[in-house]
Amino acid sequence: MATLDLINLTKQFGEVVAVNSINLNVGDGEFLCILGPSGCGKSTALRMVGGFEDPSAGDVRIDGQSVITLPANRRPTAMVFQKYTLWPHMRIYDNIAFGLRLRRLSTGEIDRAVQGALQLVGLPTYGKRYPGQLSGGEQQRVALARALVLEPKILLLDEPFSNLDALLRVRLREELRAIQRRVHITTIFVTHDQEEALSLADRIAVMHKGQVEQVDKASNIYASPRTLFVADFIGAMNLLPAICQAGLLQLGAHHLAAPPSLSAGSSVTIAIRPEDLALVAQSDSAPSDTWAGSVLQLMDLGHYRRAIVDVPTLGQLKVYLSKSVMLNEGDSVQLTPMRYLVYHAHEAPLEMQQQAGEGVMVYR
Amino acid sequence: MTPSETAEEQATEATRPKQTSVNLTLRAWLRVLRRESFGLVALLLLIVGILGPISTVFLWAFTERWRYPSLLPTEWGIKYWAQTLSRADIGSALPLSIMLSLVVTGLSALICLPAAYAFARMRFPGRQLLLLSFLVTNAFPRFGLYVSIAIVFFRLDLVGTVPGVILIQLINTLLLMIWIPTSAFQGVDRALEEAALDVGASRLRVFVQITLPMVLPALGAALLLTFVSTFYEAQGALLIGLPNVRTMPVLMYSLINNQVIVQYGAVISLVLWLPSFLLLAFVQRFLRGNAVTAGLGV
Repeated sequence: MATLDLINLTKQFGEVVAVNSINLNVGDGEFLCILGPSGCGKSTALRMVGGFEDPSAGDVRIDGQSVITLPANRRPTAMVFQKYTLWPHMRIYDNIAFGLRLRRLSTGEIDRAVQGALQLVGLPTYGKRYPGQLSGGEQQRVALARALVLEPKILLLDEPFSNLDALLRVRLREELRAIQRRVHITTIFVTHDQEEALSLADRIAVMHKGQVEQVDKASNIYASPRTLFVADFIGAMNLLPAICQAGLLQLGAHHLAAPPSLSAGSSVTIAIRPEDLALVAQSDSAPSDTWAGSVLQLMDLGHYRRAIVDVPTLGQLKVYLSKSVMLNEGDSVQLTPMRYLVYHAHEAPLEMQQQAGEGVMVYR
Repeated sequence: MTPSETAEEQATEATRPKQTSVNLTLRAWLRVLRRESFGLVALLLLIVGILGPISTVFLWAFTERWRYPSLLPTEWGIKYWAQTLSRADIGSALPLSIMLSLVVTGLSALICLPAAYAFARMRFPGRQLLLLSFLVTNAFPRFGLYVSIAIVFFRLDLVGTVPGVILIQLINTLLLMIWIPTSAFQGVDRALEEAALDVGASRLRVFVQITLPMVLPALGAALLLTFVSTFYEAQGALLIGLPNVRTMPVLMYSLINNQVIVQYGAVISLVLWLPSFLLLAFVQRFLRGNAVTAGLGV
């Protein structure tokens, strides 16, 4: 078992900096997701770990030892690619056995390992088939078996399920998680799908424009996104510009309590999750400013409802409501944020929370 | 509406299904004929245009006497087969042709296949232009090209020599041997090669065990087509080879030109036709994934 460290890892393609000095430490047996929009450098970072791209600067260390001088075929890493990469002229058995044969193992050992790998991915009877006879999901499972059979120190997955349909994607995701737990292998999974990252990873590294914006547990990333990009990228978020004046944050014609540490005159961005916007009864005399608006759009999404509420001077806000709230499109509502984050310059956000009916207190 | 009318209508109602089904089959046939009329005409033209001349060659090869008003030969026989095949010049031309075709195909592969791999896998300035340049030899009247080359070859003492013929025939093979393998190599996804590197294979092993098997059908097709087209090549061999180097097609030209006896030409035509027919039938089995059409559509 192994640890993986990326140290100031950088990749430049001509003038373009694809990966800009990223640092990541992945613990033994940890499942780390690198999450980011397309073109953020996440695949390039992964390919540098696998040895398919030469870093422009920085280091990749496995168990503390630098591997950047090793070519891809001598690194203790194994990769599952986004494309289907089973060799079409070989049977499934030979696809999996290919790497084992290179290691000059005995036929018996190879057979045992291949059967074990097929068993692991739930395709024990598929050895004699050709890749063309398998569905996309089955091919990616075999690709996983082919990677795992060599018992690599690090497992690398580059959006392996993004060519599959939604249902299959979810199923394979769960299988992958179970297999990874069973064999306890240090894993890096690259994806642009936040649901995939949130459900799979022990920790998530959010990448943007070649840089790692935040590395944390899924719940922490959701609750306190470190940067505005992460706030906007992960989950749904209402972002509102505001100015700090006299201990209050002025936004449009409304105001919110400002964190005490914030100096007057600074312009900030307020981030509010849709589920943190609470409906207040019209008659209720809430201590804090309430925002009057009208429901533009209501969407029933099964277990909850999503509303777009137009608040004059603030714009359209996303609000998640429980099914029990009786509302129609066009209704007037009053909103109040129960919890919000204040982003100022490039500092960590300040979190504000409103106790029910108690006004606003500084939380962190 | 009178009751009789209703009855009549009911009667027609009852008989209608049968009538329509008959009408339908007839109409369906007519529709097929109309839809396929282009195909049928094309088929007819093919029969007249291709099978016609070929069958004449067949007939002549087995004819001993064929006088004017008769539609078919008046005397059949294989006398001319024996006469033609026992000719000394044929005895030397056939092995020469086979040897030339093998050498030209081999040299062409040696030169073109690495080039095709480079075209497919590397990005270098002028790549597209270079690829197109191989079309040039096929875009101009070839005989003009040969004449100007012949002048150069004459100064180099290559006219009338086997190396001279090999060189001139190599030019013909370039397009096929570069374009088909280039598109075949391009068809191999780089990720497949990376996956093999990833499990520990060396670059050479990746090429031999992953890339090569996947392009083999297309390479086989290119090799066979090159062999066959070289075997048939007459213009270059005629201009550069004569008087010393006489390949089968050259011999056929001179026999047809110099002899009044049609049968010599017919027999040689059939002798030349047979190996290439067998090879092309073999190629057909190789042409998975339309390697040739893909190759020409780079």
